[in-house]
Amino acid sequence: MTEHTIRLRVNGAPRELTIGSHLRLIDMLRDELGLTGTKEGCSVGVCGACSVLVDGQLLSACLLPAAFVDGAHVTTVEGLAPDDEHLTPLQDAFIRYGGFQCGICTPGQIIAATALLAEQPRPTAEQVREWMTGNLCRCTGYYKIVESILAAAESGTDPVRREDVGVR
Amino acid sequence: MRPYALHQPGSLAEALDLLAEHGDEDTHIIAGGTSMVLLMTMGLVQPERVIALRKIPELHGIGTEDDGGLTIGALATHRQLELAPEVRAYAPALSETFGKVATVRIRNQATLGGNLVHADPAQDPPPILIALDASATVRSRSGERTLPVEELFVDYLTTRLQPGEVLTAVHLPPLAPGTRAAYLKFLPRTHDDYATVSVAAALRLDGDGRCEHARVALGGAAGVPLRARVVEDALIGERPTDARIAEAAALVDGIVDPPSDARGSAGYKRRMARVWTERALRSLRDQSAQSDERQ
Repeated sequence: MTEHTIRLRVNGAPRELTIGSHLRLIDMLRDELGLTGTKEGCSVGVCGACSVLVDGQLLSACLLPAAFVDGAHVTTVEGLAPDDEHLTPLQDAFIRYGGFQCGICTPGQIIAATALLAEQPRPTAEQVREWMTGNLCRCTGYYKIVESILAAAESGTDPVRREDVGVR
Repeated sequence: MRPYALHQPGSLAEALDLLAEHGDEDTHIIAGGTSMVLLMTMGLVQPERVIALRKIPELHGIGTEDDGGLTIGALATHRQLELAPEVRAYAPALSETFGKVATVRIRNQATLGGNLVHADPAQDPPPILIALDASATVRSRSGERTLPVEELFVDYLTTRLQPGEVLTAVHLPPLAPGTRAAYLKFLPRTHDDYATVSVAAALRLDGDGRCEHARVALGGAAGVPLRARVVEDALIGERPTDARIAEAAALVDGIVDPPSDARGSAGYKRRMARVWTERALRSLRDQSAQSDERQ
């Protein structure tokens, strides 16, 4: 085994970690950094519960070697809200429109939708459904999730603080 | 996951040296990681050493050649290929194929080179690349060779690459004017699933409305992505009437050998291979006819 020292920004804060080369990004986030908002569901890249943004790109933290994020800007669900008092308009819409049931998939849903709105600020319902295909909700609360995302897009405010999530 | 030593060479020469030095079964190459990390997590692959290609500049990039051909670096992601203007200009069906792979999250990470050497016969890119006569460039410390994508695959998860070799690029030759291509996926379950069967085809009609060029390739229909030469041969020189297309498409029955799995029994996939081959060819024939009417 080799160890790697990596330097990156996690939710805006500079971090330096020494990690085993076989560590996955999700292990580093949850076990090394205590960021347990990112969930491990299927472990094979299908369910979307571990969705994170790496330099603004939507990726599965369960499929990415942590060593690959050296120098990158990683955003998890903990890093979206501007401060303890406020949520992003997208997070707020998930609450107002009931875009969650048990909640386990919600961090991944919100991260995936954040990436969508960064790329396509005014998506159609069809575009939302297609983009969100990769985020499963076993409570099957899909209608409310789509409704929440469309509401955030229509709220007229920028639902994503681009500079904070490293979106180009 | 079993711990392994990770190398991240910064040049192709360095990577090839590492492979030559450690070119044994315990050394694996990782590109985007969608398949390799999954296989390692599941314990199906337990390498001592992993060589990551991501820092090698020569393997990135998508470029149009002077003659109208297209060269794609092995590390181009599916998402980059879905969005690249060069790919869309070459053949819209090629962009669309990459846009139909799995989910955007996977497309952001999975690379073309990784996709090809993983050699899963149900993957989407191989059939369309075969239909467009693509070739793969393979490098080792002792030199470079090129082989048609069609010949890259030996069996399920097995390619012709030798130890010490890296797939570095994919080249698509210029597409003759009037050539149309399509990729159809039969997805009875979900949008992001592997296809039950898939069909890529390319077709060009001459001034007389006869087929002067035909390519047909199938995904999920055998242990490898399958080029259906019998179908192509039955079309060349013929007018692609519904009846002729149906006769030609029926010939896939003699070459497919699909596995029974959760996406359908072997018998069902065999039937669907014929049905979707027919649909792909009819759609291309109709597109060609419409463009003639406009002229």
